[in-house]
Amino acid sequence: MEGKTIGIALDRRDEDAPPMRVPLTRRELLKGSGILFGTLALSSTLAMFAPSRAWALELQHLDAHQGAVLLAMVKQIYPHKTLDDAVYAIAVKDLDAKAQKDPATRKQIADGVRALDAKAPDGDWTRQTARIQASDVSAIAGTPFFETIRSTAVVSLYSNPLAYRHFGYGASEGDGGYLFKGFNNLAWLPDPPEQDSGPVPAA
Amino acid sequence: MATKHDGARFSHNDSNVVVIIGSGAGGGTLANELAQKGVDVVVLEAGAHNTQADFKTEEWDAFKLLSWLDPRTTSGSWRVAHDFPALPAWICKTVGGTTTHWAGASLRIQPHEFKARTTYGALDGASLLDWPLTREELDPYYDRAEKKMGVTRTNGWPGLPGNNNFKVMFAGATKVGYRECNTGHMAINSVNRDGRSHCYQRGFCFQGCRFGAKWSTLYTEIPKAQATGHMELRPSSHVARIEHDAHGKVNAVLYYDANGKLQRQKARVVAVAGNSIETPRLLLASASDRYPQGLANSSDQVGRNYMRHTTGSVYAVFDKPVEMYKGTTMAGIIEDEARFDSKRGFAGGYHMETISLGLPFYAAFLNPGAWGADFTKAIDAYPNTAGMWIVGEDMPRASNRITLNSNVKDQYGLPVANVHFDDHSNDEAMREHGFKQGTAVYEAAGASTVYRVPPYPSTHNLGTARMSARAEDGVCNSFGQTHDIPNLFISDGSQFTTGAAENPTLTIVTLAIRQADYIASQMSRRQI
Repeated sequence: MEGKTIGIALDRRDEDAPPMRVPLTRRELLKGSGILFGTLALSSTLAMFAPSRAWALELQHLDAHQGAVLLAMVKQIYPHKTLDDAVYAIAVKDLDAKAQKDPATRKQIADGVRALDAKAPDGDWTRQTARIQASDVSAIAGTPFFETIRSTAVVSLYSNPLAYRHFGYGASEGDGGYLFKGFNNLAWLPDPPEQDSGPVPAA
Repeated sequence: MATKHDGARFSHNDSNVVVIIGSGAGGGTLANELAQKGVDVVVLEAGAHNTQADFKTEEWDAFKLLSWLDPRTTSGSWRVAHDFPALPAWICKTVGGTTTHWAGASLRIQPHEFKARTTYGALDGASLLDWPLTREELDPYYDRAEKKMGVTRTNGWPGLPGNNNFKVMFAGATKVGYRECNTGHMAINSVNRDGRSHCYQRGFCFQGCRFGAKWSTLYTEIPKAQATGHMELRPSSHVARIEHDAHGKVNAVLYYDANGKLQRQKARVVAVAGNSIETPRLLLASASDRYPQGLANSSDQVGRNYMRHTTGSVYAVFDKPVEMYKGTTMAGIIEDEARFDSKRGFAGGYHMETISLGLPFYAAFLNPGAWGADFTKAIDAYPNTAGMWIVGEDMPRASNRITLNSNVKDQYGLPVANVHFDDHSNDEAMREHGFKQGTAVYEAAGASTVYRVPPYPSTHNLGTARMSARAEDGVCNSFGQTHDIPNLFISDGSQFTTGAAENPTLTIVTLAIRQADYIASQMSRRQI
């Protein structure tokens, strides 16, 4: 919901990476209770724009395993084939913030994660196949735990600059106006006649 | 307009001022019209004074900045009560009110719509009434409103250039045989005028127009009123109660100031323009020994006949990009279905108007609560999606009403408004027709998938203090003057006798201009 900056810390490993645009957070400085790591897929549309392909998310109240379970769960609730984990991680970050603010939410998440883990033979739900995860998530649809995750994710997943790049939404790029930047550039349909549209101002 | 003018300062004990509650389309316009005539005005606005520089492009940030988010409750069978139980309306709490957020569509109510009861007949479960006003009486004031607001396609101003979303609508509309589709009558500058620039097609109409091309009282009526030296604006002033004297006339307003301190402003006249939810809430909350049912409520009509327009959206996916977010939100309007034609199976008519949502709100509103592969497929197609909003006349019903909910209190400890709404079968038939026609338009333009999207929280809130010829049928007369209390006025969409098929702002402004003439003349004749 804040959505102004990319809410994940980035760890530079690639010497050839372009200059950092977000503050570098060294892994050893991450003080949270859990850290999620990931690497942007080379094929990801976001790889071109991120300062580094590696990302790390510091959690304040959830542990790394809880974070990993939630990330897998959000991917089942809102499955996008090519959406990078870095974006799903933003939903986990917002869930972590809610857990920090509200003890009841923290307990709800802890209990919910435990219940999912209990369904896995080795006690780790993240190691279940995607098919089993999908059916486990379906089975708890509508529960308060599921709704906490879903209602947070539907906001965080689609309200951040990485998502805007991925899905193709201009967001703040439009702040100066599209009048001279393609507001009427659709060419696969005929242009409406002058009397039904209107003149483009000269400047 | 750039000149800063803080306006006048009036004493709390000045009992000669007109106190206006709300600074949106009704309150802001009334304030300026009165101030221009030299009438002293105090405007109490519950929201903060956010300016164009404060506007956000992030949809959630803008929503949090501008919206009325004080608690409210809902009941009834409408889907909004299920999807957004604490947010029945998407309206604003900020200087300028919902004119910061509106999309600018400015259509005159049609002549037959002022005679809804006569035209449609008696409908079961509806409390239809003719307005105590005709279109002919209102036309000169519509002229003044259009001139004030810079409405395109009036007064020689050109239409706005159509964006991609409009091109799709126009192509489909033409193919299904519609004849009245264009870029609409919009209170958005198509040329530089009135000290404000033309539209630069940002696409953030709902988030506040940073260029000021879209008319909003925030940067037109309010600073103009302040410049006269006859108007004082008090932002962050939440009115709790209207008081009256021993003769039953209103004489003061109690409000919480920016520091949360209770203040009493004396008044010669009080005009309430808090939108159709807050206006009846305040009248009901001002109950006294003399007026046990609330102010101006001898008819028991305050809060009843709540209307919100029959709405719904149609979004359609195409093989090629549309990028609906580029350019004005309401970029085009189809008017063909706005006619009265009972052969369609319902009374009243509706408009189809392009709409666009950014990715965050598209995800939030597409199908609230939805998840899974069907949902994400729609989101994946976002750039190839075009959208339209259906906005039609809904039926007034006595049981659709705003009441005080004493079980829930706001930050001042005041009972909140409960909004109860059940769709009338006429509303349902119209929505279904709109969905079908909207689908036909987009399929004619080549859509591969079409989504029917349920109503958003209401932006067109109407009718809860309606005007009526007879005192027992409504709350105020054709000037918005309450039947019971001559110096108490209703100055917003609450006055609407029926909803009509048009976006209401132009008519709210028109009624405010007419009301200002009336108040000033009544004051000069010492009638009030």
